Amino acid sequence: MADFLPFFLHSLPDLLNGLGNTFLLTFVSITAGFFIGLSLALGRVYGTKGVNWFCIGYIELIRGTPLLVQLFIIYFGLPSVGIIFTPLQAALIGLAINSGAYQAEYLRGSIQSIESGQMVAARSLGLGKLQAIQHVVLPQALRVSIPAWSNEFIYLLQYSSIAYIIQVSELTAEGKFIAAHTFRYLEIFAMIAIIYLVLTIVSTEIIDRIAKRLSIPGIGAAKGVGLRD
Amino acid sequence: MSMLEVKDIHKTYCNVEVLKGVSFTMEKEQTKVIIGPSGTGKSTLLRCINQLSPPDKGEVWLDGEEITSPKADINRIREKIGFVFQEFNLFTHLTALRNISIGLEKVKKIDKETAQKRALEELRRVGLEKQASQYPAQLSGGQKQRVGIARALAMDPDIILFDEPTSALDPELIGDVLDVMKSLAGKVAMLVVTHEMGFARNVADEIIFMEGGYIVEQGPPKEMFTNAKTQRAREFLGRIGALYGGD
Repeated sequence: MADFLPFFLHSLPDLLNGLGNTFLLTFVSITAGFFIGLSLALGRVYGTKGVNWFCIGYIELIRGTPLLVQLFIIYFGLPSVGIIFTPLQAALIGLAINSGAYQAEYLRGSIQSIESGQMVAARSLGLGKLQAIQHVVLPQALRVSIPAWSNEFIYLLQYSSIAYIIQVSELTAEGKFIAAHTFRYLEIFAMIAIIYLVLTIVSTEIIDRIAKRLSIPGIGAAKGVGLRD
Repeated sequence: MSMLEVKDIHKTYCNVEVLKGVSFTMEKEQTKVIIGPSGTGKSTLLRCINQLSPPDKGEVWLDGEEITSPKADINRIREKIGFVFQEFNLFTHLTALRNISIGLEKVKKIDKETAQKRALEELRRVGLEKQASQYPAQLSGGQKQRVGIARALAMDPDIILFDEPTSALDPELIGDVLDVMKSLAGKVAMLVVTHEMGFARNVADEIIFMEGGYIVEQGPPKEMFTNAKTQRAREFLGRIGALYGGD
């Protein structure tokens, strides 16, 4: 244990290298997943029957199967029908598709939590349905969903580690590689755990601050602040 | 030709026929008050007029245009029909000022600065210019409803429909809202569903008494309150007058 520091410094460049991919996986999949999820949620709340069924089908299929199986299908399965992805591509696609299904469900909840009277009021002013969604429903629903979104972000940050199974060299994979060569499993994975922990704490704090800055009395966590009647 | 013509409106909800053929007309800048027992279809009638829930049968004409026609551009027509809700329905994420200016910006396509200037004028009109930057959650019920009225007014409508505008308010907050409504009488047409008999008696040009999905009787308030023709209207006005009499 005495040479921990040199070992740590020696391993750091490789770990940071892996960390880059962890960030890439997290940010791309949370962002792409957001747009997938938002489309699905809007389809479920406002779509026609057909659109609604399509969205339910997607959400249930993805949430009803393990992420690992989804990744295996994309990376190992699709090549047999001629669709070949690099490990990183496969992981990005898999995580985005997966996160989209989960984000769809809590975005739907947030959208439905906005009193329908506001939609009616917007329409009574002459706003079209899409305008009412854009200017009245979404600004509120997105604020309401920040805490759930924060959860999803942390989840993705940590579960992007599953990508190592399809040979993506993210943080966990780099650690496994170093450990396999040095046999210092405990130290290397403790290091990795601390890195994940710090990242989680920092990102939670950042998202909290964003939420505070965007907060409006009467919406979501700020509900009740300044209520007079 | 009257400004607003409602012709033989029928509306059924869940197999219950709520409106069974309602017809009346309104002139420019007239104030009419609709009264009647709960569940009589008064609110439904208002929603049928601005097509929030289109009638199953019948026609609504505004300024010589049939707005119940499938060809009608309903968003353009709704600009001309203000609506004030019992539960206010303000936009929670917008300040009082922005609640009023958003319709001007997004529907009338007025630039933001002009729209907000106009919104401030409307807030002044309802006595709330000091609350311009407050959010709905920071306003009292009476203030919320005055913002709701200002929001409708800002669109410069031909007519404003009021759906029990004071029913969700504490008694002490009702006065301010009624004062604002009184100040509008004769400036914009108002069709008001309310139990405020004082308002009906003093402000309305005409009272419409509805029951069971029909208009039972209509006439000037003086006549209706002292000399209603139908037995049912006399009973109702007598009972509710004692409850909500007012000035």
